[in-house]
Amino acid sequence: MSRAEIFNRIRTGLRIGADDRQRQETVQQRLQARAANLIPQRAQLPQAACIQLFIEMAIESAAELIELRHRNELSAAVEHWLSENGISQLVLAREENLQNLDWSASSSLVREERVAQAGDEASLTNAFCGIAETGTLMLHSGPDSPTTLNFLPDNHLVALSASSIVGAYEEAWQQLRAASGGEMPRTVNMITGPSRSADIEQKLQMGAHGPRRLAIFLIRDE
Amino acid sequence: MEIRSQEFKKSAHIALHDAKLQRALGNLKAGFPGKRAAAVARLPEFDALRDQARDLKNHIIEHLDLYLEEFEKNVIAQGGTVHWCRTAEDARKTILEICRAQDAKTVTKGKSMVTEEIALNEYLEANGVTPVETDLGEYILQLRNDHPSHIVAPAIHLTLDDVAEAFHEHHKRPKSDDPAVLMQEAREMLRKQFVSADVGITGANFLIAETGSTIICTNEGNGDLTQTLPKTHIVVSSIEKVVPTLEDMTLFLRLLARSATGQEFTVYNTLSTGPRRQADRDGPENFHVVLVDNGRSDMVGTEFQEMLRCIRCSACMNHCPVYGAVGGQTYGWVYPGPMGSVLTPQMIGIENAGLLPNASTFCGKCEEVCPVRIPLPKLMRHWRDKEWEKHLTPAAARSGIGIWAFFAKRPALYRMLSWSSNLFLRLVGGKRGRIRKLPLAGGWTDFRDMPAPSGKTFMQQWQERKS
Ligand code: SF4
Repeated sequence: MSRAEIFNRIRTGLRIGADDRQRQETVQQRLQARAANLIPQRAQLPQAACIQLFIEMAIESAAELIELRHRNELSAAVEHWLSENGISQLVLAREENLQNLDWSASSSLVREERVAQAGDEASLTNAFCGIAETGTLMLHSGPDSPTTLNFLPDNHLVALSASSIVGAYEEAWQQLRAASGGEMPRTVNMITGPSRSADIEQKLQMGAHGPRRLAIFLIRDE
Repeated sequence: MEIRSQEFKKSAHIALHDAKLQRALGNLKAGFPGKRAAAVARLPEFDALRDQARDLKNHIIEHLDLYLEEFEKNVIAQGGTVHWCRTAEDARKTILEICRAQDAKTVTKGKSMVTEEIALNEYLEANGVTPVETDLGEYILQLRNDHPSHIVAPAIHLTLDDVAEAFHEHHKRPKSDDPAVLMQEAREMLRKQFVSADVGITGANFLIAETGSTIICTNEGNGDLTQTLPKTHIVVSSIEKVVPTLEDMTLFLRLLARSATGQEFTVYNTLSTGPRRQADRDGPENFHVVLVDNGRSDMVGTEFQEMLRCIRCSACMNHCPVYGAVGGQTYGWVYPGPMGSVLTPQMIGIENAGLLPNASTFCGKCEEVCPVRIPLPKLMRHWRDKEWEKHLTPAAARSGIGIWAFFAKRPALYRMLSWSSNLFLRLVGGKRGRIRKLPLAGGWTDFRDMPAPSGKTFMQQWQERKS
């Protein structure tokens, strides 16, 4: 009832005649072309410069950035970060890229592969890609990467391959479409820095409802 | 929310004398405009992006029905449901029905102006469902039984002390005036709510036709917890928010945060598409999109069509001298500032909001900063015309203009009158050339001096130069 009324009003307002083929074609073309609009120069850099820009922008957004040469350094670096912050519990995504890590040196760390729960101190997830233009991480939901891990724990630790960093958001969309067979995952998160709010007198406070800290482990050699 | 737009003059008077409010508004003026300018300066393509955004929005509106159909088709294909609501009443009922079907007791809410527009909270409460606002600003307002005064920073009219007082009263903890402590308190209080809510309601900044996705842009992460933890996620949005593709959404995202808060990018930009997938281990099991019209389809094909481009960034109010002087609540309904002065008459009727399009200095700053280049002053002028046609303009203004017209049609009389009033004002202004008090113009002279005319009338000068 409402639906028909709304469409009627829109079509009347637009003065649409009996022959609407032209408009329909225009729309289908646009939907299929998925053409990019203007992409700022800043986002169109060679790969090495993209990585550098990503680092600068991520730090500006108040994320912490830890550079690693190999993925096999990840477990030790995560362990070190957690112990420095007095955290002894970690929830992980069951992701392929986070399997086969050697945790043998971190005996006191309690690790669990599950969704997040209230009270969790820290989580470790793997980013789908990084976007240089604003230092943004892209993560998405899936059987092995539950979304709660990105929001509930106090500290969010993210592994990011330097080779996955792209310049512009548009490149990330293309990769996401390719990786997910054209079907969107339930949730796609673009994350730029830790949670914050300026709702009290416009004074910025970090750590509103999402993670208070965001630590990115940037892995160079992959 | 009670409509008080026709009390604008009285409310403005009170607001101008409210020292606390004036201090709070100072925070806004000292923050947003400078931050926006800095962000714009860092992106040389900013103005070119605005042109594209304006053109793309125009294209969308010209094909609005078709993009909405595509969006609906793809939401359904992903296992979601779309509900079409012509009026605020339809929308409230639809949302309540979804909550009832889930036997919902509590509902967490992310920030959404459309739910303010349809007065959802009051309705849910009256029907036995408890809404819990989770955005820090909205949470503060809910505790105080208050309403947003800004579309992005809803509690901008409050001071630290107001917040401290409200938290002290409701949280039963020692009063603190440290914003960090206060935020921590809210975080703890709301954590339980996030986990135990039956339904999560969020708004949407854009609806993506290509994929059937909705997106929210937030800094706190409350919207994400709201939509991920409960069994049911309801997105409440409005029909003009549809965009064709992810690429098209991206164009607007590049403009939104920079125009709003001066951030390079909002912290969390989150796309939601349908309910959780079969093998997913978290996420909602049900996904509903409630699309509200509430007067928007009536704007298509009219002189107000351009207003449908609005992406709710708040730049126009952040830069508006009137908003900056009287604050958002003076506008008397949900949408304040220049965008509100155009939208509110559409949604609640010009007879209930005729003062708003008049509450403008027509300085043009709003249009100058609008990311989708909406000619806000022109649209306000259209409302003034409508008001005039409907004979809604106050008698004083009508008779004032009538008197002016009488003289304007009689040039000799007109010249004599302007010569004599010129002389009179010069005498009153004295050597300083400023007039402190003027009969019938207290509204002006209470807050600033009136400059006295400095020389001869236009016609006198014209005559002299001609000869
Ligand atoms: S009218 Fe323009 S400036 Fe104002 S909120 Fe809408 S998009 Fe932003």
